[in-house]
Amino acid sequence: MMSQSKDIRFILNNENISEYLNPTLIVLDYLRKKRKLTGTKEGCREGDCGACSILIGESICGKINYKVFNSCLLPMGEIDKKHVVTIEGLNQNELNIIQKLFVQEGAAQCGFCTPGFVIALTGFLMTSSDFSDCKAIEAIAGNLCRCTGYMAIKRVAIKLCEIFQALTESDPAAHNDRISFLISSKVLPTYFLDIEKRLNQITSESQPAIDNQCENIFIAGGTDIFVQNPEKLKTSKPLFLLNKFELQGIWIKENTCFIGATTSVEEIKQNPVLQDLFPNIVTYFNLVASAPIRFRATLGGNITNASPIGDMTIFFIALNAKISLTDGKNHREMFLKDLFLDYKKLDKHDEEIIEWLCFPLPQGDYRFHFEKISKRKHLDIATVNSAIFLQIKDNIIQKIDISMGGVAPTPLYLSQTVEFLKNKKMSNRVFDQVIKIVQSEISPISDVRGSERYKRLLARQILFIHFYKLLPDSLSQEVLL
Amino acid sequence: MKNSEAILHVKGESLFVDDIPLQHGTLYADLFVSPITSGEITHIDISSATNVDGVMAVLLANDIPGKNQIGNIIEDEPLLVDQKIHFIGQPIAVVVGNSPETARQGLNAIHIEYEKTEAVFDPRIAFSAGKLISPPRTFSIGDTEKTWAKCDIIVEGQCETGAQEHVYLETQAAYAIPKENGGLKIYSATQAASGVQKIIAHVLNVPMNKIEVDVPRLGGAFGGKEDQATAWACMVALASFTLKRPVKICLTRCQDMCWTGKRHPYSSDFKMGLTKEGLILAYEVTFYQNAGAHADLSPAILERTLFHTTNTYFVPNVKATGVSCRTSLPPNTAFRGFGAPQAMFVFEAALYKAANRLGKKVRELQKMNLLQDNKVLPYGMIVKNSRAKKCWNRLVKEYDIHKIEKRIQKFNQVNPFVKKGIAIMPVCFGISFTSTFLNQASSLVHVYLDGSVGISTAAVEMGQGVKNKIKKVAGQTLGIHDERIRIESTNTVRIANMSPTAASTGADLNGQATKMACLMIVDRLSRLAHTLLNAQKADSISLKDEKIYLNENQTEISWENLVNSAYFARISLSAQAFYATPHIFFDKKVEKGKPFAYFVYGASITEVTLNCLRGNYYINSVKVIHDAGTSLDPLIDRGQIEGGIVQGIGWNTCEEIIHGHDGQLLSKDLTTYKIPDVYFAPHDIQIKFLDIPNTLGLYSSKAIGEPPFLYGIGAYFALLNAMKAFRPELNMEFSSPKTPEKVLLALYE
Repeated sequence: MMSQSKDIRFILNNENISEYLNPTLIVLDYLRKKRKLTGTKEGCREGDCGACSILIGESICGKINYKVFNSCLLPMGEIDKKHVVTIEGLNQNELNIIQKLFVQEGAAQCGFCTPGFVIALTGFLMTSSDFSDCKAIEAIAGNLCRCTGYMAIKRVAIKLCEIFQALTESDPAAHNDRISFLISSKVLPTYFLDIEKRLNQITSESQPAIDNQCENIFIAGGTDIFVQNPEKLKTSKPLFLLNKFELQGIWIKENTCFIGATTSVEEIKQNPVLQDLFPNIVTYFNLVASAPIRFRATLGGNITNASPIGDMTIFFIALNAKISLTDGKNHREMFLKDLFLDYKKLDKHDEEIIEWLCFPLPQGDYRFHFEKISKRKHLDIATVNSAIFLQIKDNIIQKIDISMGGVAPTPLYLSQTVEFLKNKKMSNRVFDQVIKIVQSEISPISDVRGSERYKRLLARQILFIHFYKLLPDSLSQEVLL
Repeated sequence: MKNSEAILHVKGESLFVDDIPLQHGTLYADLFVSPITSGEITHIDISSATNVDGVMAVLLANDIPGKNQIGNIIEDEPLLVDQKIHFIGQPIAVVVGNSPETARQGLNAIHIEYEKTEAVFDPRIAFSAGKLISPPRTFSIGDTEKTWAKCDIIVEGQCETGAQEHVYLETQAAYAIPKENGGLKIYSATQAASGVQKIIAHVLNVPMNKIEVDVPRLGGAFGGKEDQATAWACMVALASFTLKRPVKICLTRCQDMCWTGKRHPYSSDFKMGLTKEGLILAYEVTFYQNAGAHADLSPAILERTLFHTTNTYFVPNVKATGVSCRTSLPPNTAFRGFGAPQAMFVFEAALYKAANRLGKKVRELQKMNLLQDNKVLPYGMIVKNSRAKKCWNRLVKEYDIHKIEKRIQKFNQVNPFVKKGIAIMPVCFGISFTSTFLNQASSLVHVYLDGSVGISTAAVEMGQGVKNKIKKVAGQTLGIHDERIRIESTNTVRIANMSPTAASTGADLNGQATKMACLMIVDRLSRLAHTLLNAQKADSISLKDEKIYLNENQTEISWENLVNSAYFARISLSAQAFYATPHIFFDKKVEKGKPFAYFVYGASITEVTLNCLRGNYYINSVKVIHDAGTSLDPLIDRGQIEGGIVQGIGWNTCEEIIHGHDGQLLSKDLTTYKIPDVYFAPHDIQIKFLDIPNTLGLYSSKAIGEPPFLYGIGAYFALLNAMKAFRPELNMEFSSPKTPEKVLLALYE
């Protein structure tokens, strides 16, 4: 059964488009094959290289907001009423400053990754709260280059920041209307000025009522499903969950923090409440994928993907999180840690989706740490990840929760370990004892991310790091050697 | 100067093979490949596949009109499996459909039965079983056997260096279009247009002049498209020839990673004898090269391994043996460095071990043994103009190695779980194809009536900036601005019998040919100007800045005027020139000769910081003195050095090829095979050019492509030093890449 084509209306660069298309058609294919916009390149089709980066502008409360996405993982159904910008849409008679710097610094060698980098840096100029080098580097962290060794590209980023820091100093209004500012500094073509108005003019049919029974596949950010099975999706009836506003957002109610299931990883990272609760959350979450993926990947998607090393899952299991599931009619709640039955097997019916996750707001003196170890530090899947929540009184462990991923068929809550540590004072001796319990609780296998021996060693190292970070004086180096 | 390639790139307007507008009626090829490592096909049924709606053809080995053979050096590799299967991913059938999707449906409908035979993955086991690609070769000088007794210490050991996936961002691609004469035009993402042309002609049994191969540019290659772009071009050529329709193929990343060869993994044994002061007296080494199932370029790669056995050091007694072992992997292939990195890694490991035994710093031994003029290399070439010491001395002085060492010592004293390490990596790399006959190139220069210039050469642009360098050479020789010059695609119709763009020689060979062709035109134009200006016999004419000069005085004749006058005077404004590198030779019978035009030297200091709790690390800096002669284009050369370093670091650190028990590739996508990203790349790379003209090079320059890759080896030994700072009694093993897993296991075992 072919999925039904839908009328999708959007602006592609400077052109209004209305087309009947399969909503699961991948934007990259549409751009390259149907529109012959070949500046957007296919490098991996799994969101790892960024060669297919495009900008998507979305009107939120009448204000347009741009983000960089990997078009290889983006279905056409998601660009309805949006502004799609490819490298061709940035070109003007003269090269803009990003393009000029790329030429000047020798930052384009074979050129295959170059348009993606230009898009990423344009996105940086359009959205970044400040023009610092590290923010610029973060913006290109999802783009791979095999020729330059990144040095020339970093020089571009740094010079770009210098230029724009100077420009904003002389024009304090620059931050208020970023689009106009970037048009006047010739980064963007002038047509960007009208896009907001044009987008708001695009009216669309009202979304069909939600009926979970009739669609046979749920798509949230799509950052995994479009990697795993793009073929199957072409003949499916997808329900795009990102259109369901009731699944979005972060709110506090009765000393409990709720996070809507389609809240993106980036939104969680940027949330002031969560940043307040977990001061290192930005550092932790920067190790989760790249910015374009974090914009798309959702909390609920990461959980239902059922990966034993899902970063969100591991993070929230240690916070004793609960989730709510619904099939559109009934709702049920359970502890997140109880959702996982076996490898990729969940205590969830096919027609159920996660609505939200919640966790009790930590009170008093609590400590939290998240640890992720992977082959490459950034934009890699964890070999082992783990989170710990700890409350201490007079050096005695009062409350403790530890999660660990990559060491079993499911994300683990280390219940025996935690049980053992309650009411104990951490020391080298206790560590020696507890590590034996950890090793008995986990059952890692050798795979592409590491051998069993390595994962068992990592489990020990991570446990040490947790306590070394949270209770610095409780352990000494000797316990490891 | 404006880099016209880069201008296209930043606008997304540069066309790669997959971007070429398709002709009406274009079909799509996909491949049915072997699911098993080793065995024989007992039955194959394609009937369901051919019945799939939209599938136009399913082509098997017996549909090939000519020779089912794509082997380049040795004819041992079929295009399509006839009966015997040699590796997982070996092509069996070409499925052609009217869309990529139908082609995929077609190949899913193929039914195959087979009998499995035993597979071999370890080159040493293959060697013991006599499975060799070619007979072992030995390069030797002096007498190692007699020398061991004179040595104060002897160190022995084993080294493993890993495979490396090219990860050119543009995957393998080809597009074939029928021509009116029963021939074909093939757009191929290859480094070797003539190689592709020759093999397609064999496969289709047509003369080479019916096959036109055009290469617009490559989205990276690094050696991975020198020999291994051929198969895909042959597939679409076969399909297009059979169906008389345009046919395209573009591999997915996963297909590309699973089906194509990698840098050769090597397993090597070394033995080194030294005086107690650290002078190397003798060195013996055996390289077991894991060639994969077919020869590909393995014998040539092994040869370069042997040439670079002693890197930039002098050893009076050497015996180096290389064995190319046939295993059950996809044929491994060329990759930046072409066998030299594997050899140099082993030598550094031996030095490292010897220094530890002697209680000396590695750098003391490195310095003491650097190559000097008039020394003889194991293959008989006498070293002239050695810059090994010059690079070394500038390196330690300008970057102040003592200060770095002190800083690191202090850092390591105060940080219990974080340790720093450094290593110096000196490099000497020979320039020329080691197969002497390949050192030839030609250039075709057309000057058009308006004074614009079009140049065709054998050089393929793949990001290394060869078009820009050739443009610069032409502009300088013709005395005109670069903006007037266009470098055309690489095309077999315009240039015949091209050598691949490889071995770092692209700019050297094709630049020299272009210079010669331009000089021919300059000569004709100068003679015309001589006449036009009524000059005397002794007067000299020169062309610069688009003007004609008489005895260094500017005349009123401009470049455009002169070109125009030449046309009406019926003087040819086109020239074709041929260049062959002079004074190089090699006699394989005695394994002696002078295979290289010159050497590129350099040295680097790599600094790393290791987190000893997590086993992960980052590369702080790589500081380099590099001998680029008089750089033709410092911006391009800097980019080549930086890119080479990061690729070399990747090979030694995070890039790990992992196979399952049955030989299936597990690290088959960019999720599981990690190349350096912007954060993993060194925080700082400093490059200073030695800047001494190379009298043997193109406009005094030196080749640039491969040598910088070797600096990446420094990362391995810097990590080893950081590990030793944490565990001084560390059991030293030489197994690259040094992944966080290997680091952590070694630190706590």
